[in-house]
Amino acid sequence: MEAHAAQSPAAPRSRPLRLPGVGAGLGRGVVVLWLSVIVLLPLAALLDKSLSEGLGHFWSQVTSPQAIQSLKLILVCSLIVVAINAVFGTIVAWLLVRDNFPGKSIVNAIIDLPFALPTIVASLILIELWGKNSPVGVDIALTRAAIVVALCFVTLPFVVRAVQPLLIEMDRDMEEAAASLGAGGFTIFRRIIFPNLLPGLAAGVALAFARALGEYGSVLLFAGGKKDTTVASILIGQQIEQGNESGAAAISIVLLAMALACLLVITLIQRWGSRHERSQVNLAANPVITGAAEEKDDQRE
Amino acid sequence: MNRSTSSRWGLRVLGLGYIAVLLIAPLILLFYKTFEEGLAPPFEAITSGDGLHALKLTLLTVAIAVPLNTIFGVICSLLLVRHKWKGNWLIDAVINLPFAISPVVIGLSLFLLYGRNGWFEPGLAEDGIKVLFSTPGIVLACIFVSVPFVVRETVPVLQEIGTEQEQAAETLGANGWQIFWRVTLPAIRWGVAYGVVLCTARVLGEFGAVSVVSGNISGETQTLPLFVEKNYENFNLPGAFGAAVLLALLALVVLMAMNLLKREEAA
Repeated sequence: MEAHAAQSPAAPRSRPLRLPGVGAGLGRGVVVLWLSVIVLLPLAALLDKSLSEGLGHFWSQVTSPQAIQSLKLILVCSLIVVAINAVFGTIVAWLLVRDNFPGKSIVNAIIDLPFALPTIVASLILIELWGKNSPVGVDIALTRAAIVVALCFVTLPFVVRAVQPLLIEMDRDMEEAAASLGAGGFTIFRRIIFPNLLPGLAAGVALAFARALGEYGSVLLFAGGKKDTTVASILIGQQIEQGNESGAAAISIVLLAMALACLLVITLIQRWGSRHERSQVNLAANPVITGAAEEKDDQRE
Repeated sequence: MNRSTSSRWGLRVLGLGYIAVLLIAPLILLFYKTFEEGLAPPFEAITSGDGLHALKLTLLTVAIAVPLNTIFGVICSLLLVRHKWKGNWLIDAVINLPFAISPVVIGLSLFLLYGRNGWFEPGLAEDGIKVLFSTPGIVLACIFVSVPFVVRETVPVLQEIGTEQEQAAETLGANGWQIFWRVTLPAIRWGVAYGVVLCTARVLGEFGAVSVVSGNISGETQTLPLFVEKNYENFNLPGAFGAAVLLALLALVVLMAMNLLKREEAA
């Protein structure tokens, strides 16, 4: 099909499949309406409320000592968590792809547990293991360490699942070449494996960071809302209970902006990654593929 | 024993140790704690009036939110992949929003839209419709948080299968619906199913958003995750653990479904 397109570029492009029965316009209308009612309208109400008492009020709510403290706390904890999971997530992904050990498929399945397990249950089981009834005698409940552990639990799959496919696809020729040239294991990792994993790792880390910023359920019981363990999402919950809706809305907007910045970073990384991939395809010196890829780009722009 | 074997063992200890301590140990402890005093206490707690009601309400939200988001997800994926449009990037961005927004913030935004002094409050009050602190609010929150899943899993599959088979079917005289049911849907079914599983897991376990809009009234607006929290805070541990184990078992079923579907998709 591609060859055909390359031979006769002037041939009329075959009509893309229409949505069955309904026109694309109707489908588009349904999608836009659905997203507006479900997602955009509530967010508009949130923004409206946060600014309902003027910009000055918004600013005073956002810069109140507890708001600043809770935002700072969640930022620092998320950074620590993301760093820990970047290291351990990469190790786990490497084990799952390159190593063989009994029970590997079970480990591979259990990685997704935090995706499947309700966050409140995560909170409950963490407090049982690391709380005052801890069978191993470690009690970190209601401390800042608890925030870190809870966020580690929730965000681990993001990193593993982002790195794993890249490791599977990675060509081992380069590593073997480096080894035959006398490079040690660590050098091979640092100079060859790590640079190849970087786009996936960065995207996974950004996703994990965005998730950690807003995490609520798993932190609620385990770390609680004590004065020095109140993260932004918990503070928002407290403000709602106290009836300070505009304050809660203002902090929400700041938290939302930080998470959106993360999403933007992910999009940029993905675009960078796909460009990287395409340049490799172009290197394959295949005029048909190259032509098709360029044609697609033209359409998009 | 050379260096690469020892570093391999080092990585195994680190990686598997991390998984064991972080994921597996707490899960085992949950089951142990729940059934420490036999099956009866947690079972009685779940089958109590409030427990059963929470279970029913949770299943009801799944039954409403998941099909709606599945239909929406398939239509939306077809639009994004097969119909080039200037606004597609915006649709794509909005779909990703729920991933980035904290559940409490989602709850709060619904609270502000439908609640006291909210935009919709006057109209809703006139018609006697109660959204907040009742089932519609809970369902809306669940739909909001689970919007992205089906779309995110279906779009890559649609991109991968291309349009050749659909064009062949069209040449043979099939109409739009026939092409969709006989060609497109069978080709993307595992991707859609995977999205449905993720969506179900999220709706089953949603806590933050629901806790803001539901009011957490036992036997009325309490879903299973809220039941866990309330019982824990009231020191009714058999209730909290019983419901938590039930949710954990559902999570394990979800995990198995995810693995089966991944295998089917790869095959």
